[in-house]
Amino acid sequence: MNAAQQLELPQDSLNEWFDQRFEQKMAERDSAKTPSMTIIATKGTLDMAYPPFILASTASALGWDVSIFFTFYGLNLLKSDLDLKVTPLGNPAMPMKLPNGIEMPIPTSVMALMPGFEGMASSMMRKTMDNKGIASISELRDLCLEADVKMVACQMTVDLFDYSKQDFIPEISEWVGAASFLPTALEADVNLFV
Amino acid sequence: MSIEIAQTLDARGLNCPLPILRTKKAIAALQQGEILEMTSTDPGSLKDIESFCTQTGNELLGSSQSDGDYIFQIRKQ
Repeated sequence: MNAAQQLELPQDSLNEWFDQRFEQKMAERDSAKTPSMTIIATKGTLDMAYPPFILASTASALGWDVSIFFTFYGLNLLKSDLDLKVTPLGNPAMPMKLPNGIEMPIPTSVMALMPGFEGMASSMMRKTMDNKGIASISELRDLCLEADVKMVACQMTVDLFDYSKQDFIPEISEWVGAASFLPTALEADVNLFV
Repeated sequence: MSIEIAQTLDARGLNCPLPILRTKKAIAALQQGEILEMTSTDPGSLKDIESFCTQTGNELLGSSQSDGDYIFQIRKQ
């Protein structure tokens, strides 16, 4: 004799009760849970520095727990002295506009070959961003740190590129490998690779 | 509208995600039930502020536009 028969409840109404209760409990559990996100940041250029820091700072403003794993060139985003550059090389989609909005009528593949062009393109992009009220990377990074975004650095990359840990911001929470980061990603609601 | 504004925030000229981040910070400094009035020029903030309020549980009392400014009243929960 099962529980339903003991209580003289028809199986159908027991099932219905359970379904409702289950929905309710799941909803309670979902609303009690703090959403979380992990990002893997692999790029170290000025343009590709934006997505991880914008998404992380915004998520923390929404009340989410966020950690970013910086690996390979992404580790450059954690240097104390940020010297990020953008290159038109291999990037035909990059609009080459002067800060006053005038488009330069030269293909990016040609521009990229001019000596010193990278530096010029980078400072032009920084100037344009400033004109448009877009935060600088160091400003966004500070906002992330203020909001307790966890900055996790890849130990292997430091060894690979012979970096010195003194060159990086002291707020880095850990220097670890993939095996330490993946369990955090497993628990997160949102996982991004940039 | 006869609502009492406890704090105003001028986020004009700022672009994504700064209006949201500044709003979050301003709301954190308020007491529960107090109202923040935020002004921005970023057209993205129309949808973004709505989504911010839904996610954080704060109440979006109203939004309006005038001369390219977007004005929001948010009650802290």
